[in-house]
Amino acid sequence: MARTSQPALLSSADVARIIDRIAHQLIERAATVRPGSDGLADLVLVGIPTRGAPLARRLAARIEAFSGVTVDVGTVDITLYRDDLRLRGVRALESTLLPDGGIDGRLVVLVDDVLFSGRSVRAALDALRDLGRPQAVQLAVLVDRGHRELPIRADYVGKNVPTSRAQQVRVHLAETDGVDEVVVEEPGERQEVSIAARPASEERSDRGADQGGRA
Amino acid sequence: MKRHLLEAADLDRDDATLVLDTAAQIEQALAGREVKKLPTLRGRTVVNLFYEDSTRTRISFELAAKRLSADVINFSAKGSSVSKGESLKDTALTLEAMGADGVVVRHSASGAPHRLANWVRGSVVNAGDGTHEHPTQALLDAYTIRHRLGRLEGVRVTIVGDVLHSRVARSNVRLLHTLGAEVTLVAPPTLLPVGVGAWPAEVGYDLDAVLPKSDVVMMLRVQAERMNASFFPSAREYSRRYGLDARRMGALPDDAIVMHPGPMNRGMEIAAEVADSVRSTIVEQVANGVSTRMAVLYLLLGGAPQ
Amino acid sequence: MTNYLIKGAKPLGGDAVDILIEDGRIAAIGDSLSATGAEVVEAAGLIALPGLVDLHTHLREPGREDAETVETGSRAAALGGFTAVHAMANTDPVADTAGVVEQVWRLGQEAGLVDVVPVGAVTVGLKGERLAELGAMADSAARVRVFSDDGHCVSDPALMRRALEYVKAFDGVVAQHAEEPRLTVGAQMHEGDRSAKLGLTGWPAAAEEAIIARDVLLAEHVGARLHVCHVSTAGSVEILRWAKSRGVQVTAEVTPHHLLLTDACVEAREGVGGYDPVFKVNPPLRTDADIEALRAGLADGTIDAVGTDHAPHAVEDKESEWASARPGMLGLEQALSVVIETMVEPGRLDWAGVADRMSVRPAQIGRLAEHGRPIAPGEPANLVLVDPAVRSTVDPAALASRSRNSPYAGRDLPGRVVATFLHGAPTVLDGKAQK
Repeated sequence: MARTSQPALLSSADVARIIDRIAHQLIERAATVRPGSDGLADLVLVGIPTRGAPLARRLAARIEAFSGVTVDVGTVDITLYRDDLRLRGVRALESTLLPDGGIDGRLVVLVDDVLFSGRSVRAALDALRDLGRPQAVQLAVLVDRGHRELPIRADYVGKNVPTSRAQQVRVHLAETDGVDEVVVEEPGERQEVSIAARPASEERSDRGADQGGRA
Repeated sequence: MKRHLLEAADLDRDDATLVLDTAAQIEQALAGREVKKLPTLRGRTVVNLFYEDSTRTRISFELAAKRLSADVINFSAKGSSVSKGESLKDTALTLEAMGADGVVVRHSASGAPHRLANWVRGSVVNAGDGTHEHPTQALLDAYTIRHRLGRLEGVRVTIVGDVLHSRVARSNVRLLHTLGAEVTLVAPPTLLPVGVGAWPAEVGYDLDAVLPKSDVVMMLRVQAERMNASFFPSAREYSRRYGLDARRMGALPDDAIVMHPGPMNRGMEIAAEVADSVRSTIVEQVANGVSTRMAVLYLLLGGAPQ
Repeated sequence: MTNYLIKGAKPLGGDAVDILIEDGRIAAIGDSLSATGAEVVEAAGLIALPGLVDLHTHLREPGREDAETVETGSRAAALGGFTAVHAMANTDPVADTAGVVEQVWRLGQEAGLVDVVPVGAVTVGLKGERLAELGAMADSAARVRVFSDDGHCVSDPALMRRALEYVKAFDGVVAQHAEEPRLTVGAQMHEGDRSAKLGLTGWPAAAEEAIIARDVLLAEHVGARLHVCHVSTAGSVEILRWAKSRGVQVTAEVTPHHLLLTDACVEAREGVGGYDPVFKVNPPLRTDADIEALRAGLADGTIDAVGTDHAPHAVEDKESEWASARPGMLGLEQALSVVIETMVEPGRLDWAGVADRMSVRPAQIGRLAEHGRPIAPGEPANLVLVDPAVRSTVDPAALASRSRNSPYAGRDLPGRVVATFLHGAPTVLDGKAQK
């Protein structure tokens, strides 16, 4: 199938710029809590698999580059907390891995690729509640495409993208898809990810589509 | 995945690997947590239908279902309508009326879970049927081997003991073969079924010859009543020829592990010092049983009702 | 009594002729017969055979009338083309006295659909301990000639020897259920690859063959008649062939299901769940090699007869776990179809052969003077008309038996019994039972 005729919404350079910007915002935010590097020491970036996980790692890398401080990173798989398993069927689980310091009393920033209905974030919040008691939880997303079904908003947004419900927003990252880009697909359009470096796991690209598509 | 888990052959290599991977992710997700509970199966009902006493298997399934927030009903044959002669089919229809999403069944008759699967809409999980199969035991054994040795492909597994009457052996032979392991069965010929030649396993009678070539030794429980039926002359002779003692354990390769599905007859098929050694995975097997059964319940019951 | 003129039937598959039935006997056979007042039965294209005789039927009455009665079993027999059936002794009470066998015999007469010939138990209560009053049963109105503990083996060799000897006095025969009980404790299915896989206790072929070998030697030694029920293994056929070559007075039967089905039926297949007790039977379904040997044995006469072992069971005795289900399957209504499928269509038996194995020889073994006779003037009019061309799918719900445990459910089988005549009166016409 041919690639979408739509130009990419965000290019590789756009993605990199957004990550840099959010990294700076996180450094500032941490400094308002506790000046110096102490605030960053309290920060934990928790990626929501699939694509939130590499985004969280990239953010941590950029924060370290800008501030010299190594920030804790973790992942929380939300599959077992989803409320749509009955509708969508079971799927393979991904990693849940918290830093040794845990999350109790710390500032947890959930990181995801697309914010849509808010149900993934709700599931992640439920999972966090079972994992510990953070001092505060914030949310960073690459794309906010609207259509919230829950009272959830992002604290750090890469780009606000007005979409129709029927459209699909697809985030591709080098780690999972071989390339950094964000594209919007029209209904019925199914983009083929024709990147040689793409991982073999179909589950992953489907998973990304779920989160970027209809929740 | 098929709708039911009745025997190891219901799982192809991808399915079996998915169960093991899922179990590993669940174990990781729950590691070190105070709240060892997931909301995944909230509102689902799992019935533990146990026609045979098996406290450890029932508890393992019960814990697995509860950690996934399912409602669990324990329906044991003793003290219920079953002991008053209610047929399996009538019991099945009762469970059906109660809206059981999953039925975990243990039964002394081979094939009882297969019959049950004809009569209920929910998923049936075989928790041991007669002398047929015990697929979740094989899954937890495979999980344990993979966890300890890091792989299953090419792992040499020797299963020792009463293969004839063992549902654990049947399930393990099938599942381990599916997952690429090489299985050898060692037993007195009286405790091997006629027809074992058709199984995907090597067969031998000499334990000492096989041990140096075994990465895993799985000792099966041998019941004393087999002695009375002349399957072997005496417990002492059985133990001498087929029991795993410290001397025999010493013949194993350095990294080899010793498994037993429990409950053990210490001093019969396995010496106490072997059961308690660092090679023994017996306690791990119990812990892994919960994660593995959680994975099975999640994969069978988590999605849309079929 | 109404007379019947059968037009255009082919006796034993030969040329089409007309057959006139008067006063319960065949009055004439020829071309273009006519008879005033006779009811005409159009039989163009149909095969005429002597009425079939079953050596092995379980009618369940007295005792399990919920599974079958003499009447319902008789109707099933008539629809299957039978004019005589031997009713096995394992009823409740056991048919081990003149009183019980006479009761069964009388019930058969009252039903009037088939000659019900009671089989007497060899031992009291089928317990294998002491001989039942065999002579009293032989002398009774039921005129018992076949004695069997079927369902149980007369495993005590001394007792078996005495039974074989004793029944010589009234030309009786002991029909042995060949199963060495010590080798079949808890047995559930044929012992082989499938029993190993399915975890069901095996029923080894040797348990049957050992008893047959022993019994033919005993029969030879005492010069008695022996009949072997439901032969199921290739090894049994070999032993029988050997015994017959030595002149031992041994006869044997094979069931329709052992001619057609194997232990593969027990396993799950596409759309079938596995462990369905409708396939549980004793002796168990065996292997393809056994089927081949049984067909060859029936073709060459080593096996004398087809015996249905029609074994009706109530639903609750079959809809259960495999191990707790009762063994046995229905057979009367599909026996002829299975023989056509397995023996006639592959060319291993012609219609004269079918008549021999399903009527002539079983009647001789049971010493039934009025059955298994040639289709000739003066002979009793026990006849069946068969349409060999029709194929149909077996629907257990449509069976006349009171039970539904047919292993052939959903199978497409050839042959249809169009009419059955018992002593000159139709018990089946146009495929429908007449009462």
